[in-house]
Amino acid sequence: MRCFRFFIVIIAAVLAMTEISFGAYDYIDINSPSIRKMPIAIPLFKSGTGTINNNDMIFSKQASNMLAEMLDFTCYFKILDRESFLENPLKPETTLQNINFHNWATVGAELLVTGKISIKGDLLEIELRLFDTIKASQLIGKKYKADAKSLNQVIRLFASEIVFYLTGNRGIFDTRIAFVSTGSGNKEIYICDFDGTNVKQFTNNKAITLFPAWSSDGKWIAYTSYLKGNPDIYIKNVNNNSISVIAKKGINITPVWVPGKFALAATLSYTGDQDIYLMTGTGKIIKKLTKSSGSDVSPALSTDGKKMAFVSSRSGTPQIYIKDLYTGYEKRLTFNGNYNTQPCWSPKGDKIVYSGLDGGSHNIFIIGFDGKNPVQLTQDTGNNESPSWSPDGTLIVFSSTREGPSRIYVMTSYGTDQRRVFSISGEQSNPKWSPRLVNK
Amino acid sequence: MKKKMLIVLSFLLVIPALLIFTSCGKQTVKADVETVQDAQADMDAAAADSSASDVDSESLPADQSVQEPTGPSAEEMMAMEKAEAMQSLVNEDVLFDYDSAALTETAQEILKTKADYLGKQCASIPVTIEGHCDDRGTNEYNLALGERRARSAMNYLINLGVAPSRLNIISYGEEKPLDPGQNEDAWSKNRRAHFIIK
Repeated sequence: MRCFRFFIVIIAAVLAMTEISFGAYDYIDINSPSIRKMPIAIPLFKSGTGTINNNDMIFSKQASNMLAEMLDFTCYFKILDRESFLENPLKPETTLQNINFHNWATVGAELLVTGKISIKGDLLEIELRLFDTIKASQLIGKKYKADAKSLNQVIRLFASEIVFYLTGNRGIFDTRIAFVSTGSGNKEIYICDFDGTNVKQFTNNKAITLFPAWSSDGKWIAYTSYLKGNPDIYIKNVNNNSISVIAKKGINITPVWVPGKFALAATLSYTGDQDIYLMTGTGKIIKKLTKSSGSDVSPALSTDGKKMAFVSSRSGTPQIYIKDLYTGYEKRLTFNGNYNTQPCWSPKGDKIVYSGLDGGSHNIFIIGFDGKNPVQLTQDTGNNESPSWSPDGTLIVFSSTREGPSRIYVMTSYGTDQRRVFSISGEQSNPKWSPRLVNK
Repeated sequence: MKKKMLIVLSFLLVIPALLIFTSCGKQTVKADVETVQDAQADMDAAAADSSASDVDSESLPADQSVQEPTGPSAEEMMAMEKAEAMQSLVNEDVLFDYDSAALTETAQEILKTKADYLGKQCASIPVTIEGHCDDRGTNEYNLALGERRARSAMNYLINLGVAPSRLNIISYGEEKPLDPGQNEDAWSKNRRAHFIIK
């Protein structure tokens, strides 16, 4: 009998420390059109050494702010203002037994994150916990040990745990965004983290470079560059910078990767007509996908690889079409307006986001893959172009000239929370969201 | 025998002398041109300048010239025409309507002139036709449209007899505008096929 009781204690302890996976997904339904944000409190983390050491304080502030910003970026949460908290910030309570949940519920928090940070030389130890203030229960408890330099990575891991617990989806913390910027004097491709931090220049061609496209394993970016004086397609490895070229006569533009394969769809014009072709990553033509005279550009492949959206001028004006890659059947998708381009599939394959010229400026629209339920997401805010869906389907990144120069913006897939992601010198355009980069 | 020798000798002397003197003559004519110019202040000296040559020289009053010093030779004329033709080839763009690669009447006239140059003064010069767009569309579609414009101009020239092997095309879409203005005046300048010697 004593053994049995002991066994229960162990299990309870383990459960108290780890995620409880059953019943977790009813917190946030990412498919629901309701856009109510969950109020969450993230007080300053506690110093593990118990003393209020300056270094610990700096780290604690940095870490708690970092988590707040990351969670804010997802648009699932309302991050509560620390000024309103009832708790004494100098005496934070972090564990289930000591937290006064009533204090938290009073300020409107439904979720609470507590943290404890200890620094020993270059090493960090962080304990992070997520609580449901109403049920007064711990939902997640994690302990991390890492280099002080890896604080960002640790916070991202925990943010990802929170989002996974609440939605069943890992979120966008492991993703990056590729984009074009003119800051160096020429259009070049840059990459940043999902929230616009850590911007790095990816190409240095000193020539017009456009149309970045991520492979589905996140290891390659294909793009078009005038490096050799002609618009050619380049394929560059994200980690080791190795490059190959596809340089047929004429234009080699708008490359897009075939999901799960080292193969691309792109527009080539070496026969004299501008059509979309399927080709290997080394430029060997596999198949010609479109035939119409006139321009066929901007292929976009669904995540299951079965359908292709693309832009064609075959009806007289640029419109979006969908082709079933098995049956070959092509159907026009857009009928409103005279200029609909830049299609991008939702990760689930049920919708397409695109830009349409409407009253003199470009705006972002979403339409069902069957042509139903078109929705306009931007209005009266300059030119909004080049939309790209996040791999979890919750956010759309796009470029906008609403503040004057072209900049990168993000919004929810419902069109809410439109905000600039970052600002660097020059003008930014053509953003493309990466897949989840699990082994960066 | 002596008489014959004398005759042969005199021929031997006279012929080369004549040859030398005629070539000197050419030089003297040129020298005359310079002398005419140089001796503006001293015509008498020029008149008295009777060198021991067999070439006639005459001094001229200051307001007459033997030759027009500014007149171009036939070669120089051709070179100038070629330069003008090349300039015209490069400086005059073929313009297009919004979202169109069709050649207007004006565009066709301009291309006919260019075809003419390409057949005559610029006979063996390779030409690249750049296709451009205004920035009101999106970059991807504009890159395609730019190429259609360049190809449209190229095909017209080929139909007029210009050898296809001399013509290249390239599209820059909206990436290299001529005029950054945001008005129809600027946009219409940007919707162009531009010729370069390459």
